[in-house]
Amino acid sequence: MTSTTPNVAATLPADSTRADDTTKAKRVKRRLTSRGATIASLIIAIIWTIPTFGLFVSSFRPREEIIENGWWTIFQNWGLTLENYQEVLLSPSVSAPQLGSYFVNSIAIAIPATIFPLVIASMAAYALAWIKFKGASTIFIVIFALQIVPLQMALIPLLQIFTGVITPAQNWISEVLPFIPTSNYLQIWIAHTIFALPLAIFLLHNFISEIPGEVIEAARVDGASHSQVFFRIVLPLALPALASFAIFQFLWVWNDLLVALIFSGGTSEAAPLTQRLAELVGSRGQEWQRLTAAAFVSLVIPLIVFFGLQRYFVRGLLAGSTKG
Amino acid sequence: MTSADLIEKIVQVLIGLAVFAAVVGLVMFLVDRAPKKRRDVVQLIAFLAPAVLLLGAGLVWPALRTTGLAFTSRSGAFVGFENFAWIFTQEDALITVRNTIIWVVLVPLLSTIVGLAYAVFIDKSRGEKYFKALVFMPMAISFVGASIIWRFVYEYRQADDPQIGLLNAIVTAFGAEPVRWLQEPPVNTFLLIIVMIWIQTGFAMVVLSASIKGIPTEQIEAAQLDGTNAWQRFRNVTLPGIRGSLVVVVTTISIATLKVFDIVRTMTAGNYDTSVIANEMVTQAFRAGEPGRGSALAVVLFILVLPIVIYNIRILRQQREIR
Repeated sequence: MTSTTPNVAATLPADSTRADDTTKAKRVKRRLTSRGATIASLIIAIIWTIPTFGLFVSSFRPREEIIENGWWTIFQNWGLTLENYQEVLLSPSVSAPQLGSYFVNSIAIAIPATIFPLVIASMAAYALAWIKFKGASTIFIVIFALQIVPLQMALIPLLQIFTGVITPAQNWISEVLPFIPTSNYLQIWIAHTIFALPLAIFLLHNFISEIPGEVIEAARVDGASHSQVFFRIVLPLALPALASFAIFQFLWVWNDLLVALIFSGGTSEAAPLTQRLAELVGSRGQEWQRLTAAAFVSLVIPLIVFFGLQRYFVRGLLAGSTKG
Repeated sequence: MTSADLIEKIVQVLIGLAVFAAVVGLVMFLVDRAPKKRRDVVQLIAFLAPAVLLLGAGLVWPALRTTGLAFTSRSGAFVGFENFAWIFTQEDALITVRNTIIWVVLVPLLSTIVGLAYAVFIDKSRGEKYFKALVFMPMAISFVGASIIWRFVYEYRQADDPQIGLLNAIVTAFGAEPVRWLQEPPVNTFLLIIVMIWIQTGFAMVVLSASIKGIPTEQIEAAQLDGTNAWQRFRNVTLPGIRGSLVVVVTTISIATLKVFDIVRTMTAGNYDTSVIANEMVTQAFRAGEPGRGSALAVVLFILVLPIVIYNIRILRQQREIR
């Protein structure tokens, strides 16, 4: 870089602006990458990575090694195994964490709890943005303002509503139509959907209202109904916003503990991984061969999303960071 | 888990999705066939009603009811401000309030400082992308997962045994006695706070880094030509340039910190004087059978969050208008 730039500048004297730009960028670069800053950022990066790394290494070490010596001595006390993962995921023994079914629960909770609010919110956002009626902006502002209600404010009465309305309704359905299995996830799906709506409507409204009016008007003039416009025009155009929000919501639900704790019932029937992990820490806080592997089982999906969809992930996270 | 269980769970999810799709599809179908005269009104209701009903029944009404509950005793009788008096007079509850204040001061402050320093240090350096990913990664991890990661760092073993927790290993390497970190107030609260800082720094770093890149190079160049040193340029050019983002970062992290629950719950379950309001709320309402006290704590949380959120929204809107 250092040696080629002057050559470029010499052979292309006419293109002086570009040469200028390169040197400018270079000077800025030199200024910022001073040695002290590099060392400081390296130290921060190491401190931030080591805890996760230590847990990751330990999750592959045999039990005797984990409890006998620190993971940083792995080269003196060599030994790697997949037994921990096998045990936490597959072992049927009663004392084992049996994470398999909780993993399924996490997925079974997160997928509908992402789709439901996404659909309901984009419908509402479309109505607020493109169906002309009095009071549209008032309703929008009220929904927007609901973001300030911490979900702690809703927990106790919501649980009362659920036990008072939804459980009897489910019992009634299973009596009348016994072939339909009772959904253990229903409460937690609804809770997550409700808590997601204010933010989802706000974000999607911002995006959907930016769609050029001519597009929608043209379709309306051609006789398309609102539902046709919604499905054929608005949803495809809003796809980037929908994707960002979907990723945010999926991770939010996947990583949530509070909502699960109160609405899942806590058994392997419906409880997600986070709840099981918190339980394991409480009851078996010393069994590190299990905890380390169990923690990583719960981290796999978020980390895949993080490394695979980093751009959407960042966008969704930044847009949704005030939720809760 | 048997495969019968698995199949049953899959069926549950599929039925859930199918019922939802059927309802949405049916509503759309009927709406398109509504009588011409009323069609617009019917369509409006069909699009808006699900969200409005869910929010009304699931958020607005419960929030109002929680506020009402905050003034009742465990038997449901009206007791005025007794629950609030309990929060601000009883010693255990006061510790909870004190801890929440420590959290909400330290977490935003330290994660913003570290995140900003890191963003400045790695700006335009080689491998910036990877440096960013390393510090941002904790944002993807659940609070529960993060708590397990850090519990392992804080793990305690008796003095004669080899330490398997990194922190005690370092402490004993310097010849000191190992400490039961999570059971020693007040240091345990600070150790829990470190976990939250560890998570939130990545958020601060990513937002501030984007904001730093928005500062015109010319401004920095001009300051450089005036013979300023790096620190002066940072103070007088970079900092004013990112003020809006700084406010958003600090307020956003403050809100998240006020509501922190999972970390306290998983690390210490609120024992050893580490509880915070959001954790105590769940403990009181769902474990101790004191919905009145739990509701009062939720109301206090709401009142604490309220001004920050309003301020945050105003800044966000100002920024949007500028753009």
